[in-house]
Amino acid sequence: MHLQNILSHRNRALLRELVATDFKLRYQGSALGYLWSLFRPLFLFAILYIVFGYFAKFGGNIDHYPVYLLLGIVLWNFFVEATNFGLGSIVNRGDLIRKINFPKYIIVVSGSISALINLCISLVVVLLFVLLAGIHLRPVVILLPFLIVELYIFALAVAFFLSALYVKYRDVSYIWELVMQAGIYATPIIIPISLVLAQSRLAAKVMLLNPIAQIIQDARYVLVTPSTDTLYKLTHNWLSVITPLIIIIVLVITAALYFRANAKYFAENV
Amino acid sequence: MNDQPVIRVNKVSKSFRLPHEKYTGLKQALINFRPGRGESEQQKVLNNISFNIKKGEFFGIVGRNGSGKSTMLKLLAQIYVPDNGGVHIDGSLTPFIELGVGFNPELTGRENVYLNGALLGFDRKQTQAMYNDIVSFAELEPFMDQKLKNYSSGMQVRLAFSVAIRAQSDILLIDEVLAVGDALFQKKCYEYFRELKRQGRTVVFVSHDTGALEEYCDRGALIEKGELILEGPITDVITRYTKILSSSEVQEANEQGISDDGHWGSGLARIERVGITTPSGKSQNEYKEDEPIKVSVTFSAAQDIPSPVCGITITDIKNGVIFQSNTLWVKQPLRDMAAGDKVELEWTLPNYFNSGTFYVSPAVSDRFGIEVYDWAEGAAQFMVTKKQKSHAVINVKHQLTARYEDNQRG
Repeated sequence: MHLQNILSHRNRALLRELVATDFKLRYQGSALGYLWSLFRPLFLFAILYIVFGYFAKFGGNIDHYPVYLLLGIVLWNFFVEATNFGLGSIVNRGDLIRKINFPKYIIVVSGSISALINLCISLVVVLLFVLLAGIHLRPVVILLPFLIVELYIFALAVAFFLSALYVKYRDVSYIWELVMQAGIYATPIIIPISLVLAQSRLAAKVMLLNPIAQIIQDARYVLVTPSTDTLYKLTHNWLSVITPLIIIIVLVITAALYFRANAKYFAENV
Repeated sequence: MNDQPVIRVNKVSKSFRLPHEKYTGLKQALINFRPGRGESEQQKVLNNISFNIKKGEFFGIVGRNGSGKSTMLKLLAQIYVPDNGGVHIDGSLTPFIELGVGFNPELTGRENVYLNGALLGFDRKQTQAMYNDIVSFAELEPFMDQKLKNYSSGMQVRLAFSVAIRAQSDILLIDEVLAVGDALFQKKCYEYFRELKRQGRTVVFVSHDTGALEEYCDRGALIEKGELILEGPITDVITRYTKILSSSEVQEANEQGISDDGHWGSGLARIERVGITTPSGKSQNEYKEDEPIKVSVTFSAAQDIPSPVCGITITDIKNGVIFQSNTLWVKQPLRDMAAGDKVELEWTLPNYFNSGTFYVSPAVSDRFGIEVYDWAEGAAQFMVTKKQKSHAVINVKHQLTARYEDNQRG
C-alpha cells in the first residue's frame, strides 16, 4: 500500500463505482428505498425512548434526553454498520478477488463509505431534532466534525482488522455480533453515565476510555447539552483524555500491518 | 518486434494448502495448531517454472485440466503470489483474466458497463466516451436499462467482451475466452486477436483449442503436472501436447478392457477381446510412419449361428467413419458356429492414417449383415504419430517431383 497508490486516479474511480454499486443494491426492490436508512434509527429511537425514557425514566436529570439518546444511537449504529460491512467485505467479494488483481483495501473502504453516507443522512435527522427541541447551538459545535472523523477512523481500523481475520476464521462474525450486543450496554448509549457514576466513579472512568464511549459523550457535549459527563470532566487529566486517541492510533497501525501482510493471500484463502 | 522480454518468470513455484485441511473456524485452528504449519497440507501446483515472453509476442500456455496452467496465469496477473521465484512484468497489464468479472446480475446493463470499466481502470468520463461504441458493438442497444439477470448468457458474454476489448494495456491475459459464445461471437474474437496482433501487443493466451493456438500464437509453453515440459515454437508445443493427451487417453481406454456399456445387439454372439498390436504381436500405444496395425477380434457364439459376419469400423472424432471391413465384403465367409464356439479374426492394415487417435468398434451379425448380434462401440483405441504433416484424412508416403522447363535466357 503505497500512498500515491491509495490516492491514484484509477483507484478513486474504482472506489467510486463500488460505493455506487453498494448503495444501489442496498435498497433495491424496496418501495421506500433510501428512506429506510432514516426509518431504522428513528424506529429504534422510538422504542428506546418509550421504554427507557418514559417508563424507566433514565433521562431524569439530563436535558433534552430524546435528542441525547438519538445522537448516541445514530453514532453507535454507524459503528455497528461500518464494522459489520467491513467484516464481510473481503469474503463477500471473493469472486472478484479470485479473478482480478486490484488493491484490496478499496473493498473495505467502499463498505465503510456506504455506512458513512448513512450516518450523514441520520445526522441530518438529529440536527432537525436539535432545532425542534429548541437547543441553543454553542460555538463548541465546530468540534463535531472532528469527532465524526475520529469515529470513522476508529471504525475503519476495526473493519480492516476484522475483514482480514474473517478470511481465516469464520467464527469472527459470531464473536463480533456478541461483542456488539454487549457493547450497547457497555457504552453509555441508553444508560446515562451518571447512573454508573453513582455506583462507582472508577467504573465510569474506565467505561469512557473506550473510544466509542468517549466520542459519543463528547458529541453529546458539543451538540446537545454541556451537562453531559465527558472523560475530561470526570478525570481532569490530559493523560487519560488522550488514552482513547492512543488506543485508536495503535489499532490503526496494527490493523494496517495485519491487513497488508494478509492481503496478498486473500485470493487463495477466500 | 522487440527482443526485450516484457514478462520474466523466474523459477516460480506455487503450492496451496488442501481445502479439507484448511481451518476456517477457531475450533479447528486451536485443535490443529502446530508451529510452522504441517507440510503434509501442502499441494504443489507449480514447480520451478521459468520462461520469458517478449514484447509483441502471442504466447500460448497449454496443458491438461489441473496441470497448473490457470494458476500460472493467475500468477502472471498477480492475483496469486508465488512461494519462490518471481514474476516480473514490464508495462501495464490488464488485471482481469476472465470476461465479465464483477458483473452483478442485479444491476442494469448500463451500470455493469461502468462497474466493469472501472475494474479495467477507466473512470466515469472515459467509460462515458466509449459507452455508445461498447453498446453498439455488443448489439444490445434496446436492453441496456434492463437488469443483467434478464439477459441471456450470450448477451452477457457479448457485453463483457465488448467492454473488455477497450482495455488499453500493453499486455493482455486471456483465459479460455473462446470456450463461450456462438460461431458469430467466436468470429469476432478472432478478428479482435488479429487486430491485437497487428497492433503488436503482447498476449498470453490459455486455451484448449489447439487450432486457435496454432493460428495466433508464436510461441508457447506446455505445463503438465506443475512442471514446464517444453517452451518453444507453438507447433512443437502443440505436437507434444497432443501426444500427452492421446497417449494417456489410449492407455486409460485399453486398460479398461471391453466394458458392458459400449455393447449392443441381440446377444447371439459375444465379442470377448479386441487387441491392437504390431503385425508381430507387440502391443504399443503409438504407431509411426512405417508401422502396420494389426486388429484382432475374438468372439464366441451364445447359440448356434450359421455363418456369422464379423467386421470392424474405425473412426476418429474429426472425420467420423474412416475405415470399414467385414468378412462378407472381403468374401471370406466364416463357418457355421455352434453355441460356445470361439473364433479369432485378424486384420492387418497398412498405416495410411493421419496423426491422431482412432477408435475401433468390432461387430458380429447374421449371415446377411442385417441382425446385429453384438456391437462393441469404441472397444479399442490406437494412436498414430507421423512426421509428415497433413490436414487430410489419410497421410501416405508418396513421391513428389518438380520438373522445370526453363525459358531460353540466351
